[in-house]
Amino acid sequence: MKAFDYQRADSAQAAAAMAANAQGVRFIAGGTNLLDLMKLEIERPETVIDISRLPLDAIEDTEDGGLRIGALVTNSDLAADARVRRDYEVLARALLSGASGQLRNKATTGGNLLQRTRCFYFYNRAMPCNKREPGSGCAALEGRNRIHAILGGSEHCIATHPSDMAVAMMALGASVEIQSPDGKTKTLALSELYRLPGDTPHLETELEQGDLITGVVLPAPVGGRQIYRKVRDRASYAFALVSVAAVIGLEDGKIGSAQLAFGGLAPMPWRNSDLEDALIGQTPSPELWGRAADILLADAKGHGENDFKIALARRTLAHVLDAACGGEK
Amino acid sequence: MHLTLTVNGTEHALDLDPRTSLLDMLRDHLDLTGSKKGCDHGQCGACTVLLNGRRINSCLSLAVMHEGDEITTIEGLGEEGKLSPLQAAFVAHDGYQCGYCTPGQICSATAMLGEVEAGWPSHVSDNLEDQPQLTDAEISERMSGNLCRCSAYPNIVDAISEVGGGRK
Repeated sequence: MKAFDYQRADSAQAAAAMAANAQGVRFIAGGTNLLDLMKLEIERPETVIDISRLPLDAIEDTEDGGLRIGALVTNSDLAADARVRRDYEVLARALLSGASGQLRNKATTGGNLLQRTRCFYFYNRAMPCNKREPGSGCAALEGRNRIHAILGGSEHCIATHPSDMAVAMMALGASVEIQSPDGKTKTLALSELYRLPGDTPHLETELEQGDLITGVVLPAPVGGRQIYRKVRDRASYAFALVSVAAVIGLEDGKIGSAQLAFGGLAPMPWRNSDLEDALIGQTPSPELWGRAADILLADAKGHGENDFKIALARRTLAHVLDAACGGEK
Repeated sequence: MHLTLTVNGTEHALDLDPRTSLLDMLRDHLDLTGSKKGCDHGQCGACTVLLNGRRINSCLSLAVMHEGDEITTIEGLGEEGKLSPLQAAFVAHDGYQCGYCTPGQICSATAMLGEVEAGWPSHVSDNLEDQPQLTDAEISERMSGNLCRCSAYPNIVDAISEVGGGRK
């Protein structure tokens, strides 16, 4: 690990200001992803700002019936929160399907959103990777790409975003609260936080230098059936090949509301409003699931080893919609 | 960098390079070699310790971030002739072959039983709001962050189940 300057921040505003004026700076909270990458010298920060003691660890009701989750709330505490278990089951389920008990005790809400891809080539400094070394090329395109994206990728990068939590939050319509270095705060829809790789895969979010995520806000619960279905190579402690987060409401036998997001398919948690619009007002049927999958996968592109994800996404979506509309979970 | 923290009930004052992991601090600076370094990347669980009562991977945490914290390692759970219930159960059920993962398994299981008691659900819990039952499937899921190269899993589950009152 490269040597770094370790500093502690005593407020979110101070942390943001410190980060705005330093070169090669990283905030550290849980550290479960950052330290892994620092040991491999994929992350080589000159300054590490410890934000772990900031008072951002509360889960609070919002005025409009939603929930504000502090950025330092651990994945364990969020999954165990009574309100999350009752009103946001899809989020609790997503959290519980991720990582291990030890990691969830350390990993934070903000850090989970900003964790880096597990692309083999991003992790392998002997190989080219445009995300790690801009302009060096993408070894995954013609390489071992079983875990890679079929949606949203580019000729420069097909890495996937690894989070489960963010997929559920995307389906729930979450927004992200940010402290800026100038003392102001701003809010971004989670769907606006991430950038697709294009020709700059090293730029993953719309955060500017010094910006610190301070919390995530969930809208009031919408009711309906909530499901998080994760398909992976082993039953526990593995990243998703395909995951589907669904919040589906039925009215008089028809689909009244549909909020869906997908993991394992794209460089960011993936949501497609056309797919949701196509479901609303319709009577559940296998044909409808097929049409929904056609919309989701219209631009899907396999790269060899990950071709199977197209069929797997289609089947997983059908399974989840069927379960949400009355079938078995 | 100066650091004061409590390990197994004893306060320690240390001067550490900020890069030092909590695991390396325990092993190299305090000679507490019970916590093991397997992968050093949070994948195997051999380094599991309790941080203020919660299980974490000590390899993925900077020691300097633990000012004032209380750490418990396998050495703090029991001692020769006075084993903790889980330590005794691992011996009784032969929950290991080589033993390298065992300190992490026992630290992890110690905290895991507390998580179940606190009502935390898991990925395999049917209902998120009911008190979880300590079935074998629940134990396997909740212990998935601790790998055992010798694959002593059936005996590890037996040991944990006995202590946690799983099979009534």
